[in-house]
Amino acid sequence: MQLTLEFGGGLELLCDSKKIHNVNIEQHNGEDKLIMKDLLSWVQTNLIKERPEMFMKGDTVRPGVLVLENDCDWELSGQLNTSLEDKDVVVFISTLHGG
Amino acid sequence: MEGEGGERKRGARLCCVCKKSRASVKRPKTLEQICRECFYDAFESEIHQVILENQLFSPGERVAIGASGGKDSTVLAYVLSKLNRLHNYGLHLFLLSVDEGITGYRDDSLETVHRNQIQYGLPLKVVSYKDLYGWTMDEIVRVIGLKNNCTFCGVFRRQALDRGASLLKVDKVVTGHNADDIAETVLLNLLRGDVARLSRCTSITTGEDGPIPRCKPFKYTYEKEIVMYAYFKKLDYFSTECIYSPNAYRGFAREFIKDLERIRC
Repeated sequence: MQLTLEFGGGLELLCDSKKIHNVNIEQHNGEDKLIMKDLLSWVQTNLIKERPEMFMKGDTVRPGVLVLENDCDWELSGQLNTSLEDKDVVVFISTLHGG
Repeated sequence: MEGEGGERKRGARLCCVCKKSRASVKRPKTLEQICRECFYDAFESEIHQVILENQLFSPGERVAIGASGGKDSTVLAYVLSKLNRLHNYGLHLFLLSVDEGITGYRDDSLETVHRNQIQYGLPLKVVSYKDLYGWTMDEIVRVIGLKNNCTFCGVFRRQALDRGASLLKVDKVVTGHNADDIAETVLLNLLRGDVARLSRCTSITTGEDGPIPRCKPFKYTYEKEIVMYAYFKKLDYFSTECIYSPNAYRGFAREFIKDLERIRC
């Protein structure tokens, strides 16, 4: 599954200062389904190069990190249960910095 | 209109206000599911209401916007500029920035403020710790170490804003402190037993007895909404943590409040 991931609000510093990542995720369960929960753990393992506690807390994003799927708040689509499809754009924005 | 299974209708809820467009954001303030346009309207009109109800401004006033290049002050400059035009507040707006002399942090965010100056067409004044006090924050930290940096910096910055404001001959200073900031401050003062600060820290206007009062138009505005507004409107802001802030006590209050918010919903 091909996805475009964007990191903002300072999160890009955790992934080699790169804001936009075009990734290809292999699914292991044989199905064509990927949910946000799976994506988060994939990102944690493959993209986050330092200070993982700034991105995730437990099995979800750190409180204060906003997640958008195709420019839509993930709180509207079930958060961790949000299902992802090929060519989706997922944006992670941290709000935890000075204003 | 619900789609059939297999179509891309995942999470396609309608805006609860206009009931026509697809909802893009769940507002933490009201828990409403709302589309972009309705969100912009609600966001802006609520701030306009806060300004009116609290009588924050008078026509003809010169107002300096404390601008750091960060999310709150950038959105504040954008929205205040817009409301000033839309509702004829009759204000003369300025951007006022403080350069604490923190390498790798402030020099980058000041570039953002210079861009904001052009993007919003507002005159800009920058005052620096070096000019005012003869010390940059970097130099101060080298002497005092990595402890209580925010305490020193906070005091110096308030003074610096006052000095900048008087150089600009403004009647008022506005800052981008949002609802989350104020919640953290309440908790912070509670935890420290600072009763004096606790009694003052939720006032929307402060320093009325002094030469230049300051106010916080974003007092009731949620941080998430500020960030979503900036994201959808593609507003230019700088977002890196000050290198000295990880040691600040406020971080604990922030973490606690964010955890509470999560279980509240």
